[in-house]
Amino acid sequence: MLLGPALAISAVLFTLGVAGVLLRRNAIVIFMCVELMLNAVNLTFIALAQRLGVGGQVFVFFVMAVAAAEAAVGLAIILAVYRHKPTVNLQDISLLKG
Amino acid sequence: MTVTFFWIFGVIAMGSGLLCITRKSPVASALWLVVTLFALAAMYVLLDAQFIAVLQVLVYAGAIMVLFLFVIMLLNLGRPGPTDIKGPMGVGIAAVLGGTLLLQLRVLGNAAPPAAIQLPEGTMAAVQQQGMIAAVAGPLFGAYLIPFEITSLLLLAAIVGAVVLAKRRL
Repeated sequence: MLLGPALAISAVLFTLGVAGVLLRRNAIVIFMCVELMLNAVNLTFIALAQRLGVGGQVFVFFVMAVAAAEAAVGLAIILAVYRHKPTVNLQDISLLKG
Repeated sequence: MTVTFFWIFGVIAMGSGLLCITRKSPVASALWLVVTLFALAAMYVLLDAQFIAVLQVLVYAGAIMVLFLFVIMLLNLGRPGPTDIKGPMGVGIAAVLGGTLLLQLRVLGNAAPPAAIQLPEGTMAAVQQQGMIAAVAGPLFGAYLIPFEITSLLLLAAIVGAVVLAKRRL
């Protein structure tokens, strides 16, 4: 009975994440918006796991592990870029643009 | 009652998600995201996923968000400065694309899994009796053992990668 509301909230959260990625220029905030999208998908998994078995919860576990790895490597990349050029604004980081 | 609570936490999650993407300061964004994550953990409890809810608070709100705040502080981005939110053009593009996506995701509203693959009525209650951690650990260390071990390799690679990237000179 909670499946409908859960899917609706998950859709809104995912959309907010996408809008955030399009709206912001700060690399760290964009990373946080990606985490928001991952969490929206996790909510879908959990909501469907209630109907279809605990396999969905196991998947959320894996998504969390991947998110942790992604956050660690991504923030390390931001730090490395910042050392090269002291900004996190994605508009100022355009060395590959030719 | 459960549905009411679920909607309350859902509205909290959506509201703080909106605040997260519109606040100017990265620190405020991160803290609003923490509120979203806590609301999601509460929703997981209502959806019979207590173990995942605890993991959500420990790993997401506890570890990942602290990492984000740590990097924000390290780069000294907490001080007031020019906004990084795009101008009216960017806001328009984000609103149009977001609205389109939401419209497409609306199909989820009347989606229901086919009856053939649904669990019989009351299965989740029986699983609850057995304990949720046992119910998650069973498949995790049984059918999904190989993916679980690969996850450890992934985390090892992430650790090595983060150290290599963050170190000035090896």
